[in-house]
Amino acid sequence: METKEFKVSAIENGTVIDHIPAKSVFQVIRILGLDNFDNQILFGTNLESKKYGTKGIIKVSNKYFKKEEINKIALVAPRATLIVIKDYKVIEKKSVEIPDEVVKIVKCFNPNCITNHERVVTKFTVISKDELKLHCHYCEKNTDKKNMTFV
Amino acid sequence: MKNKSLVSINDFSKDEQIAILELAASFEKNPTQKILQDYVVATLFFEPSTRTRLSFESAVSRLGGKIIGFSDTSSTSVQKGESLKDTIKTVCCYSDLIVMRHPKEGSARFASEVANVPIINAGDGANQHPTQTLLDMYTIKQTQGRLDNLNIAFVGDLKYGRTVHSLVMALCNFNCTFHLVSPFELKLPSSVKIHIKEKNLDYHQYTTMDEVFPKVDILYMTRIQKERFSDPMEYEKIKNSYILKNDMLANTKDNLKILHPLPRVNEINEDVDENSKAYYFQQALNGVYVRQALITKILGIK
Repeated sequence: METKEFKVSAIENGTVIDHIPAKSVFQVIRILGLDNFDNQILFGTNLESKKYGTKGIIKVSNKYFKKEEINKIALVAPRATLIVIKDYKVIEKKSVEIPDEVVKIVKCFNPNCITNHERVVTKFTVISKDELKLHCHYCEKNTDKKNMTFV
Repeated sequence: MKNKSLVSINDFSKDEQIAILELAASFEKNPTQKILQDYVVATLFFEPSTRTRLSFESAVSRLGGKIIGFSDTSSTSVQKGESLKDTIKTVCCYSDLIVMRHPKEGSARFASEVANVPIINAGDGANQHPTQTLLDMYTIKQTQGRLDNLNIAFVGDLKYGRTVHSLVMALCNFNCTFHLVSPFELKLPSSVKIHIKEKNLDYHQYTTMDEVFPKVDILYMTRIQKERFSDPMEYEKIKNSYILKNDMLANTKDNLKILHPLPRVNEINEDVDENSKAYYFQQALNGVYVRQALITKILGIK
């Protein structure tokens, strides 16, 4: 914990999203819309992690996420930890949970699905959280983890 | 049901489905009524169809309604690259109800979300074709006097046949027993079987037809398409074992009826047509009554 605090400097107030798979950092930024965010954001990727080998971390100043917002990243960063910081102190730590519904972020794997041909925002019901299986609201086909790509 | 779209058979509850079948029976007795004179129904066929489009148009015409639309997209703005959303939004301005068939799965659901008039899905790719399901249910009820506790065989392409999937799902509400006859490559997908299992109903799988003949009340035939096989040799091997011939019907129940969503190619021999158990052309006729019932329910007239 100590070393990474040095690599990505601490924030006074805000949220730290830790234990993001290194390859998913930019996806998490996109999913949370942080690429269009005005507050100060610090991030690091390919950092050493005792638990997972490598990891990424994102620190967002003066921003506290709602549960639904943060659960969106569970698909790409299922083991992420969310740390609420106030006055440089850890106030709360929580883990992300896979939501019941996934909107906008995943592509339907069915090439003949209307969402892959017209400008339609994708929408899925999560039918299995263990194996991660999504049921498309439009074509009614299931997209599972191995076929999952992100918009 | 007023103003409700029908995209997927499960959009309508069991009670709503039964209400449509009951109303269809009254249209069967009296199919020509001038009750749609003030209505315009759009039929948008982005993909070819014979029975479905004509039976919708016949249903509306017999009730005195007006029809606008197209049966292929070559003379429309779709050719200029207009989006489905824009086409639907435009047609909403000119009609009270839209019937659409489209080659992409999920297109009808999407249309129902952008439209401010109800949408009836007349087939969205390999996904759903709920009015076929309703007319199949109507035909089963008409010939057997009931939908409950029947033995129903489905024969042919159970993997890609969307009519089979929707009908199996609908019949799961009626305690039926399913006899599934298909080549191994074209078995009913587990995503459909799960509905049978959830209701704890019996189903049996076969690779040949002989065993099911004496058992069943309904024999629902489907077409096996060569393109579905990754190995053309496999198709050649099995193609003749799923053809129904008249002499095979000797040992069947008296109440048996043979259904087929049509078009048929060669899976039902023409010598079966003369058998009183053949019922597929009456089934196609029932499409008119069921669609009259559905349209008038959705428009809030009945």
